[in-house]
Amino acid sequence: MSLNVPTMASMMAQGETPDVLFWVGCSGSFDDRAKKITKAVVKILNNCNVKFAVLGTEESCTGDPAKRAGNEFTFQMQAMMNIQVLNGYDVKKIVTACPHCFNTLKNEYPELGGVYEVIHHTQLIQDLINSGKLSLKDGGIYKGKKITFHDPCYLGRANDVYEAPRELIEKLDAELVEMKRCKTNGLCCGAGGAQMFKEAEKGNKEINVERTEDALETNADIIATGCPFCNTMMTDGVKNFNKENSIQVLDVAELIANAADL
Amino acid sequence: MISSILFGLLFIGGFGFFTYNILKIRANVLLGRDIDRKGNKSERLKTMVLVALGQKKMFSRPIPALLHLALYVAFVITQIELVEIIIDGLFNKHRFFHESLGSFYTFMISFIEILSVLALIATVIFLSRRNLLKLPRLNMKELAGWPKKDANLILIMEIVLVSCIFTMNGADEAARLLNGNESYGFSISSIIGPLFFGSIQSIETLHILELIGWWGHFLMVLLFLNYLPYSKHFHILLAFPNTYFSNLNKKGKFTNMESVTAEVKLMMDPSADPYAVPAESTSEPQRFGAKDVTDLTWKNLLDAYTCTECGRCTSACPANITGKKLSPRKIMMDTRDRLTEVGDNIRKHGKDFSDGKSLLGDYILEEEIWACTSCNACVQECPVNIDPLSIIIDLRRFLVMEESKMPTELTGMLTNIENNGAPWQFSPNDRLNWANED
Repeated sequence: MSLNVPTMASMMAQGETPDVLFWVGCSGSFDDRAKKITKAVVKILNNCNVKFAVLGTEESCTGDPAKRAGNEFTFQMQAMMNIQVLNGYDVKKIVTACPHCFNTLKNEYPELGGVYEVIHHTQLIQDLINSGKLSLKDGGIYKGKKITFHDPCYLGRANDVYEAPRELIEKLDAELVEMKRCKTNGLCCGAGGAQMFKEAEKGNKEINVERTEDALETNADIIATGCPFCNTMMTDGVKNFNKENSIQVLDVAELIANAADL
Repeated sequence: MISSILFGLLFIGGFGFFTYNILKIRANVLLGRDIDRKGNKSERLKTMVLVALGQKKMFSRPIPALLHLALYVAFVITQIELVEIIIDGLFNKHRFFHESLGSFYTFMISFIEILSVLALIATVIFLSRRNLLKLPRLNMKELAGWPKKDANLILIMEIVLVSCIFTMNGADEAARLLNGNESYGFSISSIIGPLFFGSIQSIETLHILELIGWWGHFLMVLLFLNYLPYSKHFHILLAFPNTYFSNLNKKGKFTNMESVTAEVKLMMDPSADPYAVPAESTSEPQRFGAKDVTDLTWKNLLDAYTCTECGRCTSACPANITGKKLSPRKIMMDTRDRLTEVGDNIRKHGKDFSDGKSLLGDYILEEEIWACTSCNACVQECPVNIDPLSIIIDLRRFLVMEESKMPTELTGMLTNIENNGAPWQFSPNDRLNWANED
C-alpha cells in the first residue's frame, strides 16, 4: 500500500487545512531505522483517515540538540524559523513521533511565539483506538508476547507521559513486563542531552548497555520504545549482547501498525 | 539568679550568632541572578507541604524514609520541651508546665520520650549504614574528608542530645522516688530512671545529674543550631523555602535565555538597521551561561545550601552509574563551597574582588558536565526538589557560547543544524524522501 503523505503547502494550495500536523523530525526523516517508525505512523493515520499533513522540506530541526548542548543561539534561530513557518500555516495541533521534538515544541516554543497543542504519537494512537477509529482484532500477532517498555526521558520524567504507550501495549493482548527501573525511575538510554551526537565521556560502561541489561532481565520478546534515539541505543545494546535474534526493538507505532496488519 | 543570667546570655548569644550566619547565607544566595518564582502561591504551598513537611519524595525508598521520619518527628516534637527549658532557664522554674498541664504534661513528655527512643534507633542504624555497611551512595569519593565527618558528627550530636534528655528525666524520676513522691509516670524515664540512678541515695547527686542533662540539652540545642549553617544538615530549615520556590514547569522545559531572544529577533527582523548604534544599556552586559556561582540564579544557590548530600541524585544518574566523572551531588556541593568562598571574599575584600578562581574549572570540570544526558533522573530523585541539571546546562552554555569549547563532534552537529537544518549532514531537500521510498 502506498503512503499518502500530503504536505502543508499542497493542502494550502487546495484551500484545505489539516486537523493535525505530523512533525516528522530529523531522525524520522533521515535515519533509516527511524523512517520505518515514521511510515508506521503514516500507515495508522492513513488507515484512520486522519486529515494530516507534513511540512516536508519546510521542516527543520527543532533545535533541541543545540539547546541541550548549550548553544541557545542556534536553538532560538531554529525555533524562530520554525515558528514563522508553523504560524504561517496557522497550525493548531502537532503530533510527533520524537519525544525530543515533542518536548521542545510543547514546552519551549510557546514563550517564543509558537503556541500549539502538541501530542506524542502514542497519545494520538491511544485516542484513535479509544474513539473506535482503529481496532485490533484479538490483539494481532503480538498476542501473548512479552513486551517491556523503555520510558524515553523526554516523554516520561520530562513530560509525565507514562500511561499512553503502556495502554497501547496492553491493547495488543501482550504481557507488559516492567524493568526494575521504570516510569519515574526509568534509566536513560544514554542518547539525551546531545550525547547522541558525541562519544560518551570516559567511564567503565556504555549507558545503553546498562539499560539493555535491565531489558534482558525481563526475558521480554520485544523492547518497545517511543523515541527514535532510544530505539537506536537499545538496538545497539541488544547487538552488544548478540541477542538480536531473540529480542526485537520496536516503536509502539510499529507494534500497533503490525498488529493491525497495516 | 546567676544561672538565669548565664542562661539568658547564652540564649541571646546562641540565637544572635545563628541569626548572623543566616543573614550571611541569605546575602550569599542573593548574589545569584534573579529568577521569577513568585506566582502560583497555592501550588507552591501545596508542594512545600507535600514535599518538605510530608516528605513525599523520601518514600520512594521506604526503609530510610521511615527512619528519617522518626528522626524528623522527634526533632520537631522535642522543640515543645525546649520551650519549657527556655522558660525554666530564664525564670528559674522547674518543669513550668507540669502543674498547669497535669496529665497532659505526662502524656506529652512520654510521647517525646518514645519518639526520642525511635530517633536513637534510627541514628544508630544511620551510623551503621554509613560506617559499617558502607552503603555505596554514602561512601563516594566526593564525601571524603569533611562531608563524611559532618554526617557522622550530626548523628553523634543527636545521640548526645537524646542521652541528655534521658539523663535529665531519669535523674528527676529517681529523685522523686527517693523523696518518697509518686513517679511522674513518663513512659521511658520512669523505667530507666530507677534502673540507672536508683542506686544513688543522695538527692544532691541526682539533682546535679538532672542539671547536667538539662544544661546539656540546652547547650546541645544551641550548638546544633549554630552548627547548621556550616553543615549539610541545614536542609532541615531550607527544605521549606526550597520546595516552596520549586520549578513548577514540566521538567523537560529548559529556560529560554531572554538576552538571546532579543538578539535573534533583531537578526530575523528584515527592517532592523544593521548599522544602528545599540541602545545604551543601563545594566552591565551579562555573560551567556554560567562560569561562576554569581552567574547562576538565586534558586540554584538556594539549592546548593539545601543539599544534604544524601546522594540519591548521583545513585540514579546514568552517567555516574556507568563510571563517568559526573555526580549531580558533587555539582551541588561544589556550587555551595564556591559560593561560601565567593561570599567570604566579598565580605573581606569588597564586591569587586576576584580571586581568579571560578566554579567551572576550579571546582567542576568540563568532563563532568559533558557526561550529562539531561535525563532529569537527579531532579526526579531529590527529596527537596533540587535541580542540578539547570546548573549543568548553564555551565555548558558558558562553554559553548562564550568560549566555543565543546567536544568536536558537537561542533559538527551544530554546524549541520545551522547549515542544513538537521544534526546530520543531509540536504534539507531530501527531508521528504522517506515518503517515496519502500
